[in-house]
Amino acid sequence: MSGDVREDCATGPAVVACLRDVTLEYGDTRALNGITLAIPAGQIVGVIGPDGVGKSSLFALIAGARAIQGGSVEVLGGDMANARHRNAICPRIAYMPQGLGRNLYPTLSVYENLDFFARLFGHGRDERERRMEQLLSATGMAAFRDRPVGKLSGGMKQKLGLCCALIHDPDLLILDEPTTGVDPLSRRQFWRLIARIRAGRPGMSVLVATAYMDEAAGFDHLVAMHDGQVLQSGTPRALLEQTQARSLEQAFIRLLPGNNEAAGTPADITPRAATDDAPVAIEARGLTRRFGDFTAVDNVSFRIRRGEIFGFIGSNGCGKTTTMKILTGLLPASDGEAWLFGHPVDPHDIATRRRVGYMTQSFSLYSELTVRQNLALHARLFGLPADGIPARVQAMAGRFGLEAIMDALPDALPLGERQRLSLAVAMIHGPEILILDEPTSGVDPVARENFWRIMIDLARRDNVTIFISTHFMNEAERCDRVSLMHAGKVLATDTPAAIAQARGAESLEEAFIGYLEAEAGTQAEPDEAGAATTPTPKPGAQDEAPQVNRSAFSLRRLFSYTRREALELLRDPIRLTMAALGSGLLMIVLGYGISMDVEDLTFAVLDLDQTTASRDYTLNLSGSRYFLEQPPIESHEDMDRRLRAGEIGLAIEIPGGFARDLARGDGAQISAWIDGSMPSRAETVRGYVQGMHQHWLAGKAREAYGDAVGSGLVSVETRFRYNPEVSSLPAMVPAVIPLLLILIPAILAALAVVREKELGSIVNLYVTPVTRLEFLLGKQIPYLVLGMLSYALLTVLAIYGFGVPVSGSLATLTAAAFIYVMAATAFGLLVSTFVRSQIAALFGTALLTMLPAVTFSGLLNPVTSMEGSARFIGDIFPTTHFITIARGTFSKALGFHDLQDAFLPLLIAVPVLIGLAAALLRKQER
Amino acid sequence: MRVLRNTFQLGVKELRSLLRDPIMLVLIIWAFTLSIYTAATAMPETLYKAPIAIIDDDRSALSLRIIDAFYPPYFMPPLLISAEQMDARMDAGLDTFGLYIPAGFERDVLAGNSPALQLNVDATRMAQAFTGSSYINAIVNGVSNEFVQRNREQASQPVELELRARFNPELNQTWFGAVMELVNRITMLSIILSGAALIREREHGTLEHLLVMPVTPLEIMGAKVWAMAVVVLGSSAFALAVVIRGFLEVPLQGSAWLFLGGATLHIFACTSMGIFLGIVARTMPQFGLLMMMTLLPLQILSGGMTPRESMPDIVQTLMLAAPTTHFVALSQAILYRGAGFDVVWPQLAALAVIGTALFLFSLARFRKTLQSMG
Repeated sequence: MSGDVREDCATGPAVVACLRDVTLEYGDTRALNGITLAIPAGQIVGVIGPDGVGKSSLFALIAGARAIQGGSVEVLGGDMANARHRNAICPRIAYMPQGLGRNLYPTLSVYENLDFFARLFGHGRDERERRMEQLLSATGMAAFRDRPVGKLSGGMKQKLGLCCALIHDPDLLILDEPTTGVDPLSRRQFWRLIARIRAGRPGMSVLVATAYMDEAAGFDHLVAMHDGQVLQSGTPRALLEQTQARSLEQAFIRLLPGNNEAAGTPADITPRAATDDAPVAIEARGLTRRFGDFTAVDNVSFRIRRGEIFGFIGSNGCGKTTTMKILTGLLPASDGEAWLFGHPVDPHDIATRRRVGYMTQSFSLYSELTVRQNLALHARLFGLPADGIPARVQAMAGRFGLEAIMDALPDALPLGERQRLSLAVAMIHGPEILILDEPTSGVDPVARENFWRIMIDLARRDNVTIFISTHFMNEAERCDRVSLMHAGKVLATDTPAAIAQARGAESLEEAFIGYLEAEAGTQAEPDEAGAATTPTPKPGAQDEAPQVNRSAFSLRRLFSYTRREALELLRDPIRLTMAALGSGLLMIVLGYGISMDVEDLTFAVLDLDQTTASRDYTLNLSGSRYFLEQPPIESHEDMDRRLRAGEIGLAIEIPGGFARDLARGDGAQISAWIDGSMPSRAETVRGYVQGMHQHWLAGKAREAYGDAVGSGLVSVETRFRYNPEVSSLPAMVPAVIPLLLILIPAILAALAVVREKELGSIVNLYVTPVTRLEFLLGKQIPYLVLGMLSYALLTVLAIYGFGVPVSGSLATLTAAAFIYVMAATAFGLLVSTFVRSQIAALFGTALLTMLPAVTFSGLLNPVTSMEGSARFIGDIFPTTHFITIARGTFSKALGFHDLQDAFLPLLIAVPVLIGLAAALLRKQER
Repeated sequence: MRVLRNTFQLGVKELRSLLRDPIMLVLIIWAFTLSIYTAATAMPETLYKAPIAIIDDDRSALSLRIIDAFYPPYFMPPLLISAEQMDARMDAGLDTFGLYIPAGFERDVLAGNSPALQLNVDATRMAQAFTGSSYINAIVNGVSNEFVQRNREQASQPVELELRARFNPELNQTWFGAVMELVNRITMLSIILSGAALIREREHGTLEHLLVMPVTPLEIMGAKVWAMAVVVLGSSAFALAVVIRGFLEVPLQGSAWLFLGGATLHIFACTSMGIFLGIVARTMPQFGLLMMMTLLPLQILSGGMTPRESMPDIVQTLMLAAPTTHFVALSQAILYRGAGFDVVWPQLAALAVIGTALFLFSLARFRKTLQSMG
């Protein structure tokens, strides 16, 4: 077979992608094991195979999202290991990763997400509008264009993902399980849409991974994969003939090495014994849930008896998940009531929680814990006896086929295996009720059959009540009873057969689509009609594709990221307000709080002399505004104790015989102890005490000898420049501005990149034409604007709030602030590119900015007085130079000419930081 | 019993999560070792290598003596400049002090005319400006005195003042800086770790998952508090024993155990505060901002950077509610002044009260948000 491939590849245009001996490893696990494959052009090519066989890895390699480790991958006539080729062809590839809307931005609306991608691919305004309108109406998403993506149902996210992928007329469309978790009607619409688009662009190749064999049967070409290898590749008909199978499911199972025929046979449902007298396990009466004006669940009632398998089917976003959340106590109902085991649902009822197992739609286990650790943690939390836990974990692993991956991290697993893990976790404590929200989405057919075998076993043998929602009609057909939901309402509840019958349909799927279309016909006419009237992709579309901007640097792509980042910022008014006003608030706190003036020092006297002279000396100190006298010290022990306790900062001892010695001129001595625990304060105290002592001596001398004596030999006229009163405020305010202008913009920017890494949308950087520099600069701009806003606020506050005027050039200060904020945000981006989690980004930025900015940048001590690494950091850190400029313009009445030396390091810092960040950022996943 | 067991299990989970983030671990280690070391050794003495420039128009024996009297560590060797240069150099922040010795200075001194020197001080550098000018005053007078009275016996002052600094006789800034940096790290890490861990759970949907299990908010919160406290406390103990006492050779007084006990209470208060911030903030960026806005005042106004008594009364009063204020006071008392439990019990009590209040308050808020979550 590999010989064919080489030939195919050589023939050129008929092949869109060609892989030779491709291998890929994640740590010790081998995801792809010598794949050699030619993917024919202009066709729909399906990749089928169970979870974890390497389909997603294969797609990521073809899309260029992941770096090639071994073998060669040629796509659209060039080598994907070559970065130049990748950049050249990435506008011709569209990649939709697995997972519901993983590459979309949840706080942005449907329209804004689509607009972001359109701009990224460089369409002009009119062209953008036209394409978006067309795609949105064709997918029936037009009605939701202003809804935030985070509030869409899974199916709608998938449709939007497709719209985003199609916005730039790709030549190769790569869809990784696009219909997973999508309801049958939407699925049908989805494929119709693809068909229409292909009709308009016959040259387009589509590569799809799917878990639905009925979909696969309609593809032009199929690739069956298993265990990192290609089992067979050919047309569906050829596969059926070769294996002599009746269905593709069967064909696939026959292709498997070892040929485990039994595994794939449908799990037959044992009919449930008619036990209508069984106790009611779950009951809902008139459940209603409203979110603002939107009614998600509208007067839903049902009653599920013990041991029943009750199915919930319905279009995406019809309220299934919300209903389930109400039953688990996660969401309070707006109206109506629900009971579990005859008790009203109570979120505080710990005992009931033990009897319920719940699995959410999206994966919600700990991605930092291994499969085994996740299972064990939940077993412990449900209070299973400790000695039974390993056995129980092992049993669940065996039941759900997790043995081989017990020590893997969930993030490294394909969706199907993660779903199985979620299920295993939901069942670990042997619950009496299982509430499962689309548990089999993304799970391969073989695993699904196994899953149903377990479900049936649980229900029939252990009498477990199962409440399950699904989009697979062949699963719904196995439920004892089914509720069909649409737009928050239950349309019908009965046995699957009865529902089909009532509708006069052949199967449940037909009945389902019939019901929904009837509803849609009465409600959302424009959807289908709109799709029909839209001239299916304009014939001219193909011609416009070359317009795509392929230059090495595009402002349009850059601004596309700027817009996106800014929109996200605007959607978050709390963040915006805090960023804008927070710095002002901090300035007030710090401006008044940081004070170098030492006042109100506590002191006490141990007066062993108790004479007029000794009291006079004491009065000399206590009369000063710097000192506050405390009750006199009684003994040396007392002195020691009070110094130790920090009650007094200064202790004076006047020895016995002081007055006598003074009178005789016999070397009288006074001792003073200063609390040295805070050296800077102790220094100041020392200066004060010495000063007061001299003052007292001079006074004494004048008393004795008249005014002539006592004038010093030399006098020093001290001029405190720039700040004649030596008050803290004018010195601190100009220094606080640089401090705040680095801390806040840096921390905001620091989350910008790592956040996309953590939430998955970083894949857009990998597969779209955007370059690293465009990506970084685009993200930087909104934070730059925000930083300048807070600069303006801080300056106004300094001038009018604190009364510290800018005596020098305001233009110079502003220009410097602009460059400085640029450096600060670049610093944040730099941290963001090398950390892996948002926590690390926060901690790292706080650590890396606060210490140099507060300690090494001349805020309190001049940089010239520092040594070693601190001096080095201080010399290169941007804050140092901006502090010089800020103090120069605020206090020293300087202009650009005087401060140009300080500009240079700032100007150097910006490109260095951005360049480093761009160098550290990866354009492909490794 | 169940509460304790679950709290323990969930806490172990937190620790495992942390272990999965190697960069975070590196940052923690760096924060408690090298970064403390650098910061502590970088802290210059209040007057350390102060840059000074001298304009010598006298060029006499006395003026040369005065110039020679400025040397490290207090001052940088003085730079001789012209009168024109001085303004520019001060404007550029190159010198903190500019001393002008007028022509005829030596003659006037010998004649007993009490001549005046002019000292220009860059008062934007408050710390050096104050102490430095009094030093310069003393040096100039001392040198002149000696010069004039070379042949005479110096009349001893009628009263001598003997000044000694207790607890840190040489007023070594490193001693002070090392412990204060440690205190800052403890505060920062406890707030970030606990708050961010909570937000992370919410952003990944695992919080919701916990809520359908027989786990109470108290257990979820308690777990984060104890797990993060273990990390921070462990790092602090290491930093205290190895970095501060070992490498920096700071002679710590008092009981390290008492200090760590106080640190535990402080961490308890700070992690509770972190969780509170994590509840108020909906996303990680919001948390980042909130954290900065809390952390800066907590650190700068705690009395660890500038003396508390010189802050405005209202700030002093408000900061009594901050755990850092008490922790800084407690650390200084124990580690520098060797104070025992009998001295620091008010701080310990204050930390316990603040911690408990923050914990209970956060718990109440946590319960409330969890109920309205969906």
